[in-house]
Amino acid sequence: MKTLRIGSGAGYSGDRIEPAVELADKGALDYLVFECLAERTIALAQQARLTQPEAGFDPLLSERMRRVLPSLARGREPRQQRLRVISNMGAANPLSAAREVRRIAAELGIHGLKVAAVTGDDVLAQLSAEQLLDNGATVGALGERLISANAYLGAEGIVQALRADADVVITGRVSDPSLFLAPQMFEFGWAQDDWTRLGRGTLIGHLLECAGQITGGYFADPGVKDVPDLARLGFPLATVDAEGRAVISKVAGSGGRIDTATCTEQMMYEVHDPEAYLTPDVTADFSRVSFSVVATNEVRAEGAGGRPRPETLKVSVGYLDGWIGEGQISYGGPGALDRARLAREVVLERLKIIGVVCEDVRAELIGVDSLHGSQLGSRASGQPWEVRLRVAGRCLDKADAVRIGNEVETLYTNGPYGGGGATKGVRQVVAVASLLLPREAVKASVHLEDAS
Amino acid sequence: MSALKLRDLAHSRTGDKGDTSNISVIAFRAEDYPRLVEWLTAERVAAHFAELLGPASKGVRRYELPHVHALNFVLPGILKGGVTRSLALDAHGKALGAALLDIDV
Repeated sequence: MKTLRIGSGAGYSGDRIEPAVELADKGALDYLVFECLAERTIALAQQARLTQPEAGFDPLLSERMRRVLPSLARGREPRQQRLRVISNMGAANPLSAAREVRRIAAELGIHGLKVAAVTGDDVLAQLSAEQLLDNGATVGALGERLISANAYLGAEGIVQALRADADVVITGRVSDPSLFLAPQMFEFGWAQDDWTRLGRGTLIGHLLECAGQITGGYFADPGVKDVPDLARLGFPLATVDAEGRAVISKVAGSGGRIDTATCTEQMMYEVHDPEAYLTPDVTADFSRVSFSVVATNEVRAEGAGGRPRPETLKVSVGYLDGWIGEGQISYGGPGALDRARLAREVVLERLKIIGVVCEDVRAELIGVDSLHGSQLGSRASGQPWEVRLRVAGRCLDKADAVRIGNEVETLYTNGPYGGGGATKGVRQVVAVASLLLPREAVKASVHLEDAS
Repeated sequence: MSALKLRDLAHSRTGDKGDTSNISVIAFRAEDYPRLVEWLTAERVAAHFAELLGPASKGVRRYELPHVHALNFVLPGILKGGVTRSLALDAHGKALGAALLDIDV
């Protein structure tokens, strides 16, 4: 029976590159998928594109392609296994990204590589002013602060690109598991309403989409859950059959671990109702999934199901939402906690005295209450040896935001004894809200760069 | 003898979508799962995070996944506006699961 080997080359935009190269070289893969687009990335990329029309794709696209295209070239030689690449590194500009892939292929002396861009996710021009966002505001109320609106596309556009024989498929916003479902649909000929198989293929995509998070990354807790060789963590691959049955594994000799515990953590990651994991392709059901170890670092996943896909597509809307100003300073030694608390009171009072206008301010002590609040933070025993004050505020006016960091910095000469290592900064807030569009309103299209 | 903590029985991972956090709690041993189902209610989890949830405490939901002996807690509103607007150091709330593991069983 035909099986397919799909590897995961990135779990986020800035992820390590060598594990992807290791998979491309030693994974005997048919497909290598790079998932690189977080919720807000596309809005930031759209901003970059405003000032530079060719910009707007992933900053590591070029380096990743330079490192893995040689493996694609080897796969095109007689009797070699063909390797294809799928990625959402197109971000806000898939067409420009596809041209960049072609440029790098030419630079490496690789000819005849077919590169496709999938577009259609950018729906900014289609939004109407009265459309309601999930935060209660209307699109119209955002006015000139509106930056981007991208629909989550499903697998369909990628499948079309693979049918057109593309070696590299570059997309913008596509639902993460769809990047992995598409090659399964294409290779096994699954119908668009074969809900059970689409549900299974979506589970595989969900397990792979965060790369190292299923091979022991984000898992180690020394003495409780140990993971070998995290510095050489291997990225995962799935061996899938035409029924959507899969075994998750990694390249032999790479770091990390795959067992039922790592797989279960990843299956539930960012899932709400396990019976209804919504994607543009299917309503996947993970509630009866089970895992079994078939060999060391090889785990079988089974039991996923599916029901008809949602009639609407989620759209992420990016908009400018003021400025966040921030300052930090550390206190150490005996009495550090009391001095940091005094510093916090002083800064908050100063912000009032000088009349800084903020929508929201947060003043926390790193090492004491910054992650879980003061109630849970009080579970710690003993006095901390060092404490870092962090004050952050969101302001409509940039000048107000700047003054927050300045007020923390002035603690050096005006605050309690023994403060050190002050830092300050200000950044524009690119916020994301969402809305739903009927799926008929969104159409994926495929653009093939001419092979040379 | 020191009190038994959730960390002795289970492991956890936290995910975020918008303003909502989900925290999985996975029993190391299948035989401990019924005990977790009975004891680790949505109300107990909401009480543990009461300060962070504030008025959102009532919205905490729990899902059961017996095949992988795990529970999934969904906590809408705990991320103070979500990763893009939040002023928190850990705007994703990634470290929330680690705090849940300190609950006494």
